[in-house]
Amino acid sequence: MLEIKNLQASVGDKPILKGITLSIKKGEVHAIMGPNGSGKSTLANVLAGREGYTVTGGEAHLDSKNLFDLTPEQRAGEGVFLAFQYPVEIPGVTNNYFMKSALNAVRKYRGQPELDAMDFLKLIKEKAKTVEMPEPMLSRFVNDGFSGGEKKRNEILQMAVLEPKLCILDETDSGLDIDALQIVSKGINALRSPERGFIVVTHYQRLLNYVKPDYVHVLSGGRIVKSGGKELALELEQKGYSWLEPAKAAV
Amino acid sequence: MANEAIKEIAGQDYKWGFNSVIESDVVPAGLNEDVIRMISAKKVEPEWLLEWRLKAYRHWLTMKEPHWANIHYAPIDYQAIRYYAAPKKKTSIKSMDEVDPEIRATFEKLGISLQEQERLSGIAVDAVLDSVSVATTFKDKLKEVGVIFCSFSEAVREHPELIRQYLGTVVPQKDNFYAALNSAVFTDGSFCYIPKGVRCPMELSTYFRINASETGQFERTLIVAEEGAYVSYLEGCTAPMRDENQLHAAVVELVALDNAQIKYSTIQNWYPGDKNGKGGIYNFVTKRGLCKGVNSKISWTQVETGSSITWKYPSCILKGDNSVGEFYSVALANNYQQADTGTKMIHVGKNTKSTIVSKGISAGHGQNSYRGMVKILQGATGARNYSQCDSLLMSETCGAHTFPNIEVNDTSAQMEHEATTSKISDDQLFYCKSRGLSAEDAVSMIVNGFCKQVFKELPMEFAVEAQKLLSVSLEGAVG
Repeated sequence: MLEIKNLQASVGDKPILKGITLSIKKGEVHAIMGPNGSGKSTLANVLAGREGYTVTGGEAHLDSKNLFDLTPEQRAGEGVFLAFQYPVEIPGVTNNYFMKSALNAVRKYRGQPELDAMDFLKLIKEKAKTVEMPEPMLSRFVNDGFSGGEKKRNEILQMAVLEPKLCILDETDSGLDIDALQIVSKGINALRSPERGFIVVTHYQRLLNYVKPDYVHVLSGGRIVKSGGKELALELEQKGYSWLEPAKAAV
Repeated sequence: MANEAIKEIAGQDYKWGFNSVIESDVVPAGLNEDVIRMISAKKVEPEWLLEWRLKAYRHWLTMKEPHWANIHYAPIDYQAIRYYAAPKKKTSIKSMDEVDPEIRATFEKLGISLQEQERLSGIAVDAVLDSVSVATTFKDKLKEVGVIFCSFSEAVREHPELIRQYLGTVVPQKDNFYAALNSAVFTDGSFCYIPKGVRCPMELSTYFRINASETGQFERTLIVAEEGAYVSYLEGCTAPMRDENQLHAAVVELVALDNAQIKYSTIQNWYPGDKNGKGGIYNFVTKRGLCKGVNSKISWTQVETGSSITWKYPSCILKGDNSVGEFYSVALANNYQQADTGTKMIHVGKNTKSTIVSKGISAGHGQNSYRGMVKILQGATGARNYSQCDSLLMSETCGAHTFPNIEVNDTSAQMEHEATTSKISDDQLFYCKSRGLSAEDAVSMIVNGFCKQVFKELPMEFAVEAQKLLSVSLEGAVG
């Protein structure tokens, strides 16, 4: 489904990703782990198309489409979804309105009929339950005054509404207490399906206790230095990352 | 990225720049007592009104154009302006069919076909094309409940006692330079009178449109709400493309007696000038409401997207005890537009309350200034004010300025003032785009969100129009 080949990207003049090759099939969950500054978030953002990152080499195909030929909104239409590490606040725009506009934009892109207000309301109420989001939060302004946990739940809710093919979770577990982590994980697991792939970017093993990955990759210095099954995450939890870092390994 | 998208979006042309061919009956350029006499004669006015005009003119001659506002423009040659223009084919019109087809076409282009309005929306439209009212609808229905809604000229003819009683009582002839000029040369406008205890059964709406080239517009509006009366009045305007600067100096006076309420909403979309700041309307307007009676309330809501220069401070004098004044404003300054706008809340009576919510949006090279005055007079015990001024910056070259003045002469007053300045961030834009929204829709959504507090004060159909207008004013071809 997603084929990343020798992806290189930089921020400004600084190369961050130095050749990432990764293949994700439908239904698989891939965890990307690694120390700070290893390029995890860069990978997530480059795939979603954030400005400020320059792809200097390689490619990424989602099914037949080269993502780097597409704008961020086209990628969303194709089924890429990035759950933000720091969800953005949009004062004055209600959550409901925002999600309805987004859903109808991607439906239009996908050649599906737009939902009217009634149908949307029905859909959103149902989806909100999966992340235990109380209905009044739907009428609040997007992420405005939300707690850290509420913001992350809101990301998962948007993911559920937009029904992406490829879900990219950028440190969704950061800043969550254990209760919030469980709710968010439950929401993510509910979205796992044979038709959908996941890239779960995380620092820590603890999210992976709830969202069980099929593969774990360790990113270090802009390269994948080790890949394995979910047991790799446990190993990392015990040993840390240093034994995998190329520079240190050479010393 | 945000900057580029916004730059493109903000580079939108004025969509309503068309010009209808209507024969005009114009007075030669220039201003002197003879011109004023001629205007008065053409309108068959009573002697007292001519004297009133001349008094204003003579005082105006002694006044200086104000320059304290944060706006810059070439000197205005008041002798180069023509002070009167009326569509020629006017006479008393009994039905829409008698309205000049050209004029009707103009309204249709504006999306306000009178027939549609008449049939569907239940809004009475007193259409001012240039300076003479062309058609007034729903008059009969209003008549049933005793509401008078007509052109100012007609009011002078039909209800001289009311005009004489209230004209100039809120904005005196000598109030300021532009008000004095307006008092001398005003050509038409609207008059609205709601009798005691009557709740006006429909929103009253007037669409203004400047039409004859080089013709200054000097509208005069007077609204009187008697004891316990209620009225919601809507004013909206668009204007055709013009190269010369056009001066628009209107005066609006509102009077609310005991327990009366007046809600006055404006959408202002005069021609803003081109991308380089050439042309556009000078909108130098004096709007003031007098909460004369106890428990009275006057509420101003304005959405100002047009004009090259705006100088406008819709104000409230809270004279009656427990009276309430409100000001909700969205002002957009794009390209080289300059807006210096705000309000004055003068607390005179006891337990008077005022609320100010101002949202300024600056894009391109636009300069947006909020200027406010909250004055609590001695003896206005228990007065309260809440002010909020938010600015949104959309380019590196625009500016937002805030000039709040607070003068408190009574120690029992409670004052609150909040102000913020923000930008549309790259993060906000990317967030929206990553959810499938185009940059254009994202900007429009974020800006409309910023203005929400003001839009919710507008009557429903006007709010929709305002959102559309704001989006159009900022939209463009975004890749």
